[in-house]
Amino acid sequence: TMFATQVYGDNGKMKEYHYTGPVEHRFSPYSFNGGTVLAVAGEDFAIVASDTRLSEGYSIHSRDSPKCYKLTDTTVIGCSGFHGDCLTLTKIIDARLKMYKHSNNKCMTSGAIAAMLSTILYGRRFFPYYVYNIIGGLDEEGKGAVYSFDPVGSYQRDTYKAGGSASAMLQPLLDNQIGFKNMEGVQHLPLSQEKAVQLVKDVFISAAERDVYTGDALRICIVTKDGIKEETVPLRKD
Amino acid sequence: MALASVLQSESVDFSNYGRQRHGFASGLYEAELGLESVGGDRLSFALSTSCSNGDGPDRKIEFLHGTTTLAFKFQHGVIVAVDSRATAGSYIASQTVKKVIEINPYLLGTMAGGAADCSFWERLLARQCRVYELRNKERISVAAASKLLANMVYQYKGMGLSMGTMVCGWDKTGPGLYYVDSEGNRVCGDLFAVGSGSMYAYGIVDSGLKQKDLTVEEACDLGRRAIYQATYRDAYSGGQVNLYHVHSEGWTRVSQSDVLMLHQQYQAEKA
Repeated sequence: TMFATQVYGDNGKMKEYHYTGPVEHRFSPYSFNGGTVLAVAGEDFAIVASDTRLSEGYSIHSRDSPKCYKLTDTTVIGCSGFHGDCLTLTKIIDARLKMYKHSNNKCMTSGAIAAMLSTILYGRRFFPYYVYNIIGGLDEEGKGAVYSFDPVGSYQRDTYKAGGSASAMLQPLLDNQIGFKNMEGVQHLPLSQEKAVQLVKDVFISAAERDVYTGDALRICIVTKDGIKEETVPLRKD
Repeated sequence: MALASVLQSESVDFSNYGRQRHGFASGLYEAELGLESVGGDRLSFALSTSCSNGDGPDRKIEFLHGTTTLAFKFQHGVIVAVDSRATAGSYIASQTVKKVIEINPYLLGTMAGGAADCSFWERLLARQCRVYELRNKERISVAAASKLLANMVYQYKGMGLSMGTMVCGWDKTGPGLYYVDSEGNRVCGDLFAVGSGSMYAYGIVDSGLKQKDLTVEEACDLGRRAIYQATYRDAYSGGQVNLYHVHSEGWTRVSQSDVLMLHQQYQAEKA
């Protein structure tokens, strides 16, 4: 079925597979399309990665729908949640970026984009964009920056963040491997780009094992001062 | 309305659509105030009730009901201490949230309730305070700043904003401390603690403040200890303790201490 009704319960998963009696159907403007996004900030790079599966309920709409969107030469945004709102939101951000460029004769910095996105999201405080955003890019000093958001615009700068359906599975692993949490007597080595990319791949492979909404392929965008490089890695298709 | 004019967006057709029923399992923030903000039936849309089936955004918006923030006045100004945990349901969304908002170099605001609500409205307050300064060629008083904030959110009363903040500063009448929330309360006081862990914090601060004339260091230790004890017993508070001191020259960031480190430190002191 193409339109979302109350038959879909918490988190977009179908409430009951078998008919068990009268069910009240209500139109919901939201739908949950799954997907997981991850961003990591390094010393002079940033990585934004997402899976490419687009689902709805028990169906997969597409196996090639990446959730990373390039905003500027130094910023990439990952959006997961309701695909309709993801598309509209990225269109709005692109338009605002253009407006800023025309008025101020310069590109928006990552920090400025983050602050702007916060007010765009809060503008719909009473009918939110059902999107979990994570921005990854380079700040004005060339250092890696990650900004994570909630659906109504609360944001903060992080070193690493996972968002979307498998976020609760990824985040603890990142806390341990990048944040060195709950490890004693371990040397805090700075994260190299190669190690970060390998970690991202491993983490998504694990997520695809246990989250039904994550899988098919992984799209990695690596942001450095030389530009944005994209890499695609296959994941479980089941 | 302030929100629409600032963002220059057309007023939303579904402006009352996303109104949430505050049926949070913890229900702690609302409970403390003895209030229940139910959506109400202002809308002719029957759609408003479909939010309650646990649609993603309504459930997953980060609400800082689980939090502990406190502020108290003492001889040398105001101490502000907060934890740094944000939860989305039972998932810990972040352990590094900045719950103290630096409105300007002599005014601080704390965050409890909806993270986005607090940071947005306090950022707007910062803008209004700056405009006041430019118009009147003098700093805004804590009373006036807190009133601006209270009046701004009062327009949205009943629409589902969740904000419990303490406006702390130093003006020409001395140290100032006001509690302002999205229900419309605005109270002046010497001591406030807000959030799910507030009761634990009150216990520590009330007993520590009995002896008058605290030094700055003693007051800082008291604030830090109160938040630590609250994080110890309240599952929804944790992370780090951020401590600020507001004095006649403005505010100073005193310390940021990880709760786990504090735990080891206090255990060692006991021995």
